[in-house]
Amino acid sequence: MFTKLQRTLDWRHWFLGTFPHGIHPAENKHFTAGLPIQRLPFSKRLVLPLSQHAGKPSKPIVHPGQEVVRGEPIALADGFMSVPLHAPATGVIREIELMPTAKGPRTLSIILEVYPGDSQEVRYFKSRNVDEMSQQEIVKAVQETGLVGLGGAAFPTHVKLTPPKDHKVHTVLINGCECEPFLTTDHRVMLEQAEDLVAGTRIFMKALNAERAIIGTENNKLDAVEAIRAKLPKDGSITVQAVKTKYPQGAEKMLAKALMNLEIPSGGYPSSVGLAVFNVSSTAQVGALLPVNGGVIERVVTVTGPGIEKQGNYNVPIGTPIRFILDQLGFRGSAQHIILGGPMMGSCISSLDVPITKGCGGVLVLTERDVQSEASRTSHPCISCGACVEACPMHLNPCQLGRLAYKSQYDEMQSSFHLNDCFECGSCSYVCPSSIPLVQYFRIAKSANREKAKKS
Amino acid sequence: MNKSASRSPSQETLNVQLHTSPYLRPSASVEVIMRNVVYALLPICMFSVYQFGISVLALVIVCVGACLLTEHFVCLCSSKPSTTNDWSVVITGLLLALTLPPGFPLWMAAVASIVGVAVGKLFFGGLGYNVMNPALVGRAFAQAAFTVPMTTWVPYLSENRFTEFIPSSLTLPFLRPIPTADWVAENAIDGFAGATPLALMKFEQVPTDSIQMLLGTTAGSSGETSALLILLCGAYLVMRRMMNWRITASVLLTAAATSGAFYLLNPEIYPDPLFTLCSGGLMLGAVFMATDMVASPVTPWGIWIYGAFIGFVTVIIRLFGGLPEGVMYAILLANAASPLISAATQPKIYGAVKRKGGQ
Repeated sequence: MFTKLQRTLDWRHWFLGTFPHGIHPAENKHFTAGLPIQRLPFSKRLVLPLSQHAGKPSKPIVHPGQEVVRGEPIALADGFMSVPLHAPATGVIREIELMPTAKGPRTLSIILEVYPGDSQEVRYFKSRNVDEMSQQEIVKAVQETGLVGLGGAAFPTHVKLTPPKDHKVHTVLINGCECEPFLTTDHRVMLEQAEDLVAGTRIFMKALNAERAIIGTENNKLDAVEAIRAKLPKDGSITVQAVKTKYPQGAEKMLAKALMNLEIPSGGYPSSVGLAVFNVSSTAQVGALLPVNGGVIERVVTVTGPGIEKQGNYNVPIGTPIRFILDQLGFRGSAQHIILGGPMMGSCISSLDVPITKGCGGVLVLTERDVQSEASRTSHPCISCGACVEACPMHLNPCQLGRLAYKSQYDEMQSSFHLNDCFECGSCSYVCPSSIPLVQYFRIAKSANREKAKKS
Repeated sequence: MNKSASRSPSQETLNVQLHTSPYLRPSASVEVIMRNVVYALLPICMFSVYQFGISVLALVIVCVGACLLTEHFVCLCSSKPSTTNDWSVVITGLLLALTLPPGFPLWMAAVASIVGVAVGKLFFGGLGYNVMNPALVGRAFAQAAFTVPMTTWVPYLSENRFTEFIPSSLTLPFLRPIPTADWVAENAIDGFAGATPLALMKFEQVPTDSIQMLLGTTAGSSGETSALLILLCGAYLVMRRMMNWRITASVLLTAAATSGAFYLLNPEIYPDPLFTLCSGGLMLGAVFMATDMVASPVTPWGIWIYGAFIGFVTVIIRLFGGLPEGVMYAILLANAASPLISAATQPKIYGAVKRKGGQ
């Protein structure tokens, strides 16, 4: 609380960039923000879904019974809109079968039985000089790392590195906002892997032929700004800037507004206005992996919430089941919600066999007490208070959209009220004093519209 | 936490709930907001009781009671759970009482409450669906049905206000109000003229000192006299982020600007802007009634237009209409127009692209 008060009173924070609207949920980052990244032991079994990214699933190149080495590719990209998958640990492939995932439906996953007691050192690598690589080589190398947006969207990174021909990217934005409450993954990465972060930024700039790069973070992470500033190159092409702490500052559209005062057009890409936006964790991974020709085999995950005893930031191998993490870190049995991602946009899991995937930056365990306060609230009719209109970062009219959704007029929601511009940040549901599940309505409306479009 | 509380999840079935995001909620709910509006109205009620005595206390109790009973009864009739526990109907009762003259017959107040809540709110579907502010619907009904008691004023701070009722208050149901002229003559201090500052200004061109109107030492409806107190109570709600200050600002600014323009044209006949702001029900209307969430627009521009409409129409009615006061009709008109205003002022979305051609 004190630091939040300090930020409000200190005049130097008043003129930082931001975007209009948005909300200020309790940050709850103090539980884990000060804890350095630690390692967890290997789980006995890793579950590696073939579809951890937006786009086509990867094609497996291993068969049950085959031995693999930590870092070795086990599935290849299926076309351009796809990425390969690497073995996060040394062991033997047990099976390729349907397993539950955070998204809901069971998906085809490679099950890897880990050799116990194996070292966490990566032996499968090949050094190379990134400075000598051409733009096409970098894009290809990034695809080979299997990297996707680690902020949560899991969009393949190399696709962002190849903007449409008529779009010229002049500025690379590195997104270190991490506006979700509780999560401190990106914060720790910026503090501890600043060197990799800067290296990755340079690689992105080279691949896109961009003139400059801005690393943006919220002003509740000023220590990270200091840490990065110490590692910046002298030529001034990369800068680091703090913006005001506000949810959902971490959305790329909001970051473009706050740092560059540019609006990414509705239905367009960041490259439409000459930008490319990458998450800090992805950038740091590129900086670390490209020189050694490695693959994404682990990621930093914040394990937090009142239901966890040993909260902290952990470097977790991809595919580690949630059950194993909770076993390791002490789990209070009264948990009511286990959420992958943050509390505003994450998803609840129904099975502890769900693994950590590339896009998952946090495991949040809320206890009975946190959930009860939520369940005891009754829903009222809309009182037109306009709180949602003032919260919506996209300047939509959630109040009107909610009324239409209640009447199932999904077509009109899209044709007159820009439903598809909603990126489901949940600010409207958060502020609604009547507890109307607005964003939930919009998700239903959007999927109903998609189904309809598919049929016709 | 003791060690035994931590268990291994692999050994037992988990009792987890599945929801969709967001999982966090702040504490402000409809009940909390409405309750805080009631808190904000209480000082105004107390000041009114201090000023006009037990008659106002009875008026407040009757209005709130009648509103609560009406809502409860209508909910019972339509076999729905009672919605009285969301506090919104208490606000309606308080606001209605505050807009009535202090000596208003109690039975008429009860009728106005019933009409306001039943016709103005519940017939439309209850909280959230009413087109107009129910308290003002009740008052408009009273204005039309009981014209004489609605314009009968009593002196403030009369000596035995805490020991005896204003005679007209205790009129028996369905009878004409007891005339108060004798009582007023007995109790009036420093030559009370039996009129509010607005009526004095309109019909006799006698201005009243603005300081008096700010502090509330004038005649008028029970809750409208002290502009300063109303502003302070409104400030509390704004600080709690439970009221839209833009509506209030827009109403007051437009009213000041419009009356200022007329004042500059002819200072002899038209009142100055400060008089306009402090007199009559403008302050109470701007702070507590125009800001009624249900009946006001939600769009950013719509809010300013709505407020400006109220401010402008109020001044026009006051200066050129037959009535000395126009706040009530201005707000009711704006309430009726607010869906239109909302529809006409849809916010411009982030990254809006101009659509080419038709569609």
